[in-house]
Amino acid sequence: MSSTTTRSASAHPSGARIAVTGLTKRFLTPSGSAFTALRDVTFSVEPGQFCAIVGPTGCGKSTTLGMVAGLDRASAGSVEVGGHEVQGVTRGVSFMFQADALLPWKTVLHNVMLGPILNHTSKKDAAAKARDWLRRVGLAGFEDHYTHQLSGGMRKRVAMAAALINEPAILLMDEPFGALDVQTKAIMQTELIGLWEELRPTVLFITHDLDEAVALADRVIVMTAGPGAVKASYDIDLPRPRGAVQELRYDQRFLEIQHHIWQSLKDEVERAYARDAAVPA
Amino acid sequence: MRTTTAPTRTDETGDTRFAAADKAASTAARRLRWRRRGLVWLARLAFVGFIVGGWQFCTGWTPNGSSTPLVDPFFFGRPSLVWQRTIELFRDGTSYGSFWFDIFTTMHEAVYGFFCGAVAGIVLGVVLGQSAFLADVIGPFIKMVNAIPRIVLGSIFIVAFGVGSTPKILLAAVLVFFVVFFNAFQGVREVDRNIVANARVLGGSSLQIVRHVTVPSALTWITASLHTAFGFAIVGALVGEVLGAQRGLGLIIRTSQNRFDPNGVFACMLVIAVITLGAEFLIGLVEKRLLSWRPVDQSTWSGV
Repeated sequence: MSSTTTRSASAHPSGARIAVTGLTKRFLTPSGSAFTALRDVTFSVEPGQFCAIVGPTGCGKSTTLGMVAGLDRASAGSVEVGGHEVQGVTRGVSFMFQADALLPWKTVLHNVMLGPILNHTSKKDAAAKARDWLRRVGLAGFEDHYTHQLSGGMRKRVAMAAALINEPAILLMDEPFGALDVQTKAIMQTELIGLWEELRPTVLFITHDLDEAVALADRVIVMTAGPGAVKASYDIDLPRPRGAVQELRYDQRFLEIQHHIWQSLKDEVERAYARDAAVPA
Repeated sequence: MRTTTAPTRTDETGDTRFAAADKAASTAARRLRWRRRGLVWLARLAFVGFIVGGWQFCTGWTPNGSSTPLVDPFFFGRPSLVWQRTIELFRDGTSYGSFWFDIFTTMHEAVYGFFCGAVAGIVLGVVLGQSAFLADVIGPFIKMVNAIPRIVLGSIFIVAFGVGSTPKILLAAVLVFFVVFFNAFQGVREVDRNIVANARVLGGSSLQIVRHVTVPSALTWITASLHTAFGFAIVGALVGEVLGAQRGLGLIIRTSQNRFDPNGVFACMLVIAVITLGAEFLIGLVEKRLLSWRPVDQSTWSGV
């Protein structure tokens, strides 16, 4: 399948290439037996590409992401980021989780400042940078609030600013909008796409939601029910900039692609469901 | 044609009828809150009156045909005599000198012990909480030491360090240490894994993560333990003094015991209670300052 993605001429990809080769991950269960979560996963993401991974529950999507970030070690195979094999925590990566990873005892400003501070930027510069980022995600004026004073969508904006402030080459997102309500989710998706088109990091985006994957990504990878493996990869040829995600859902081409990928994903979802249902609770 | 029946908002401040009703309702609610607070205090006073009054009455009332009161004040003291003894202690001092100096001695030991124990507990709790290996190695020993009735250590400290303030500080510190240690350890264990992972990915070193994530997160647990810990510091200092001392409230308690003077013991207890309440208040202030970020508890709101 050839890549027919159109990119806006102004954007220069600043991202790094991700190459995952033969990645396998086994866990030792408490009863002492080995459990294979991922089997021989191979894929690569080009610099500046937005790649979404969809798959049924428990297919090892998050595990893959953890290994790209260097938080977790592979049982076999390798992960290369920007041409270097991942050993220890990968530099130049930011992570966004489904649950907030914000510090409740720090104000919004200090939460966003954390990235630069951890990288030894002076307090003054970090604060200036954080203020700028809060303005960019539309949270100017909320610098001194604590996170519990914000709504779910605003917390996501803070998390987004905190993740992007270090200008990462790679942005890893693990169902970042999974816990949001439908309207807020659509707004956040549109904002994410806007920021991504400005900065063009490589994005690896995990989701259950196929609509979300198709609307956002250049490429969608479908994973099999556990043990996870790559089932298929689809290039999404919707033109960019794509504009508001809500509108895109009614686009004829969007619906065609979505339907096409769903045929593949459906089998895996059904298999995962049958397997889970067969296990007595 | 307008079909809505609900009042429409006319300006920024909203409908004036609603504003008036809101104001009246909140005034009424505030009055209700004050009344409840007053009732609580009244009930508290009644409770104290019942206990102290009952004690005073039972130690004074002689039943028909009996030569001694219902409860013998010789053994159990009497509130009026306790109060008198307290005043005497402050006014006349003891045979050792000024009563203030005894209070100072005990406080000095308790506060030093509290600080040493708390710092050691926090440091060791955070270190062991960080490292699963160290925790596994040292865990059983800590549990073993914790199982020992630590008050008994007081005797060893007195033998080893004499009757000065060192053994009392040590005893207080040991008692405080375990309370704070277990809480700090648990607090570090409870840190949100996502937050730690995020800080690591952002480029944080282990030391930075301890400073920015682990310790602030465990602080809720640690400050909660400090309340109990201060009580233990006082217990440590007092028991140390009862075992053997040259000055201090514990010494006065022991001399009162030897002189069959329960009122003296109660007078010291009264002083200690006041001091502990004061310390509790100060710790509460520190806690409030450190944990100012925490959301206001919704249960303190009341429906109107």
